[in-house]
Amino acid sequence: MIATPSPTCMLEPAFHPAGVGRDAIGLGQSAGRGLDVRHGTILTLEDISVSFDGFKALNALNLYIGVGELRCIIGPNGAGKTTLMDVITGKTRPDRGQAWFGETLDLTRMSEVEIAQAGIGRKFQKPTVFEALSVFENLELALKTDKSVWASLRARLSGAQKDRIEEVLTTIRLEGSRHRPAGLLSHGQKQFLEIGMLLVQDPQLLLLDEPVAGMTDAETEFTAELFKSLARQHSLMVVEHDMGFVGTIADHVTVLHQGSVLAEGSLEQVQANERVIEVYLGR
Amino acid sequence: MTRPISITLLAKAGPHLGRGLGALALAVLLALPLLHLLPAEHALHVSAYTLTLVGKILCYAVVALALDLVWGYAGLLSLGHGLFFALGGYAMGMYLMRQAAGDGLPAFMSFLAWSELPWYWYGTSSFLWCLALVVLAPGLLALAFGFFAFRSRIKGVYFSIMTQALTFAAMLLFFRNETGFGGNNGFTDFRTLLGFEITAPGTRAALFLCSLALLVGSLLLGWRLAHSKFGRVLTALRDAENRLMFCGYDPRGYKLFVWVLSAVLCGLAGALYVPQVGIINPSEMAPTQSIEAAIWVALGGRGTLLGALLGAGLVNGAKSWFTVAFPEYWLFFLGALFIVATLFLPKGVIGLLGKGDKS
Amino acid sequence: MPAIYPFLLSLALFLLPLTSEAGEAADFAAASPARQAQLLEHWAATPDPTRQPLLDALQHGRLAVDGARRAFIERDGRLVAAEGDAPPEGTPKKLRLNNRLRGLLATAQASHRLLAEEPEVRLAAARALQKSARPAQLSLLNASLARESDAAVRDALALALANLQLADPDPKIRLGAVRLLGETGEPLARTRLEALLAPDAERDPTVRTAAETSLAQIKRRLLFGELLGQAFSGLSLGSILLLAALGLAITFGLLGVINMAHGEMLMLGAYATYVVQLLFQRHFPEALALYPLAALPVAFLATATVGMALERTVIRHLYGRPLETLLATWGISLILIQLVRVLFGAQNVEVANPAWLSGGVQVLPNLVLPWNRLVIIAFALFVVALTWLLLNRTRLGLNVRAVTQNRNMAACCGVPTGRVDMLAFGLGSGIAGLGGVALSQIGNVGPDLGQSYIIDSFLVVVLGGVGQLAGSVLAAFGLGVANKILEPQIGAVLGKILILALIILFIQKRPQGLFALKGRVLD
Repeated sequence: MIATPSPTCMLEPAFHPAGVGRDAIGLGQSAGRGLDVRHGTILTLEDISVSFDGFKALNALNLYIGVGELRCIIGPNGAGKTTLMDVITGKTRPDRGQAWFGETLDLTRMSEVEIAQAGIGRKFQKPTVFEALSVFENLELALKTDKSVWASLRARLSGAQKDRIEEVLTTIRLEGSRHRPAGLLSHGQKQFLEIGMLLVQDPQLLLLDEPVAGMTDAETEFTAELFKSLARQHSLMVVEHDMGFVGTIADHVTVLHQGSVLAEGSLEQVQANERVIEVYLGR
Repeated sequence: MTRPISITLLAKAGPHLGRGLGALALAVLLALPLLHLLPAEHALHVSAYTLTLVGKILCYAVVALALDLVWGYAGLLSLGHGLFFALGGYAMGMYLMRQAAGDGLPAFMSFLAWSELPWYWYGTSSFLWCLALVVLAPGLLALAFGFFAFRSRIKGVYFSIMTQALTFAAMLLFFRNETGFGGNNGFTDFRTLLGFEITAPGTRAALFLCSLALLVGSLLLGWRLAHSKFGRVLTALRDAENRLMFCGYDPRGYKLFVWVLSAVLCGLAGALYVPQVGIINPSEMAPTQSIEAAIWVALGGRGTLLGALLGAGLVNGAKSWFTVAFPEYWLFFLGALFIVATLFLPKGVIGLLGKGDKS
Repeated sequence: MPAIYPFLLSLALFLLPLTSEAGEAADFAAASPARQAQLLEHWAATPDPTRQPLLDALQHGRLAVDGARRAFIERDGRLVAAEGDAPPEGTPKKLRLNNRLRGLLATAQASHRLLAEEPEVRLAAARALQKSARPAQLSLLNASLARESDAAVRDALALALANLQLADPDPKIRLGAVRLLGETGEPLARTRLEALLAPDAERDPTVRTAAETSLAQIKRRLLFGELLGQAFSGLSLGSILLLAALGLAITFGLLGVINMAHGEMLMLGAYATYVVQLLFQRHFPEALALYPLAALPVAFLATATVGMALERTVIRHLYGRPLETLLATWGISLILIQLVRVLFGAQNVEVANPAWLSGGVQVLPNLVLPWNRLVIIAFALFVVALTWLLLNRTRLGLNVRAVTQNRNMAACCGVPTGRVDMLAFGLGSGIAGLGGVALSQIGNVGPDLGQSYIIDSFLVVVLGGVGQLAGSVLAAFGLGVANKILEPQIGAVLGKILILALIILFIQKRPQGLFALKGRVLD
């Protein structure tokens, strides 16, 4: 991949209470490799609406995520968080609206596979790993490489690739279980394996759906550290209910309610917002 | 009561004995056609019946292997593999019919008072073209069907039902006389193959050896595939297709490749089956035939290539014994086999032996 | 048609000896087959009520001839002289008629029935004569038409007459006949007119033009009937598919269980009908006509019991493993088929329609709607309504729907999921049993009965969308009508294949079927 020259300014993300400023969000160090991110936004969602049999899951939603940003999405159940991820990853087509990855890639016209190959990784709410394969093989499959049929028929791991897998195995603390079938891992280990798979996939934008659900406090803390170290290099969008976790990691928090953005800002700002208190945090 | 003991023995003996038994089986299979060439009164002579029966089972074993590739590894249970098998058989049958008919029309066409060959019979007097058809007919059909099925993400039982409907529809089509494949009776009364008398011991032995070679070749190919990254992607596809897509793999290409490969293997098996048993008719496409192949794989142990072979051998061996000894009870036995294999043997007989090769 | 003259001539010649003193029966008995034919034609042209017993005796093979070539009629096992009262000489031999004579006899019978009191009998006779009237009957038909009072019989007679008049030498009469035929919607009139329009058949241009107009009129009228007929057989096939697929829609759609033995539930239902029929024949022959009604609960209970037993013993252990369920239930179906073969034999068994299910309603001249099919359409709709009520208005239905949507949650709420599964499976199988009763009334009942329906039923469920009764109904009738419309155009087999291809293409567009709910896709 060719690295495009990227701006190196280290602006603290400027913040608009209305939360719609497109160029307003900070620029991380690494812009997308090959991805056109001139304006510093890696993901642009404008006026997105999705309805299922009359129920509006997403309603004229606008969302911008900057390069290198770590964004948390919170919201009550049914606010449209998972549908939002489905739209970004191409699983659900929006009825209306635009979705851009970088400046040039129209997500509404791409298949799920194309979107994944373009550099959006996703971790599911329920950890999904390939249970019949070993931990090592799981990572091998996720590894960023040519994923066509022909390539896989002749594929051999290079030394560098093996090193990368080993490195990630260490990061996710599964180096001792590399030959165990993934189906035998504990829930928390599966969560980490899935995160590890995202790491070797090396996407520019990571979508993480409730990544710390079912983790112990120590694991949660470790995950928070991991995510913070990932930001700047990658852009992250984390859907999470655990406010403590959100507080530790988030630059920005977006509150979804009934399919649209209710508020955006730092955690304190959001928590102080009257309407947010009303619909979500409770009085 | 000898079987359980032998099974425990086998399990204890481990992979060495397994490999030894495999080599022994191969040696016996290699010897069979040679013994058939001995004069009939010789004590070690193998009758044409036995040779044909074993040859037939070898062809079925290839089908089981092909089915195991799509079902055991990619999780696509096809209930229509009989169709691909029959298509390969019909392609070979066309050549054999042309050989038998000489310069004239095949007998069933004269019977229908047709004056010329339909266009799709063009070139079938050439053995090479028929070999190409053996590969192309099942391959292209599988490609077209698979393309549409995988594009719309038909999977699981929907896929099974669609494949069953496909083979059923094809059977109805081939039953018609106007389709030009001999209708009900199909093709029979073959005489020569490449100029050799089809019932001659030498021809039988050669066909048997070809079947064996096809089986061993498919086994090696399957083994290579299963142990490549391709095989691991298939397994991942079976267990978590969506996850795989979000890893950046396009499942359609993978499914299509293994699906077409499997269909072609079936076609080749069918092509070798027809000259050995001397007949091909639309009943080979009956849904029952295809679903029976699924029980070979399920009984042997799916996801393991040897299991598929074992299953095909066991069920067909039992079938040829039962249909002679207790024809009334064969269906009871087969039905019970379906139930027992699914309820109590999720990993098949290979699983019992405790040495299933890891997928 | 000049060929008629020599015929009339010979008729006139042979009329003379008919005035002989010997009775008609004796004449007939003594005659050669050729003369017997002439006699029958003569009788057909000049009906006489006193001849009726003789004709009946002939028709039923009760006329015998003794050594003196005198005729005797067998009554209650005794031979009675047809004329006079002489005892038979020697052993009288039964008189046998060849096929040609039988045809002529039927015509003669018809013209005698024209004299009957009851208009229905006369109507049937006139209808028969439309097909079989012979030129010698021309004046008879004219006379009958003149004195006929019943309108329907008049129409039928007029048509029979017109059929004959087409052969008249006078173009004017032929023209009248052609116009008359154009007024009708009889399939027979079409064949006659088509014959007339054949090259060299009709020379008169006016008659030809009139025949063309009449033919066009008839075709228009017949086309309507044909379309209605196709639509009806489509609906009929649809109702059968619906009965076959409805139970499947419950077990597959609601429980997610692929029951390949579902077809065998249909088969068991049909065999239950057969057994009930046997019991009625043995023990309540007077109520035999009601046996299909009695078979309904029997078939329902029998198949529901078998279904529940299967669910408890086999299928329960395979929930969540659809492909294994498919194979195991296929095994069950093999066992059931073989079991029925062993118990009842491999041959089809005879299940007869009771009188109220046989016959049909004549809606148009070329459209008869058979009663059994009408009843089955109504029955299918009734079963759908019942199922709908059961699923949407009862506690069991609520439980089934709850288990369908979220098994664990339902279990937490105290729904006995195991029992619900069993009952739902029993319900699906029982409905298949009801379908079996219906199938036994229109088709063959054999061990393989179910196999021919299973694939079609699955296609209905797939097309209709899983878990959707409305979708299944629409898909069943849609497939039925599509099948029957395609059949005459491209043949049954190609039609089926085309429909399969269409379904595959349709699923490209709507993978969830016709009526699926859209929703957030969960993993």
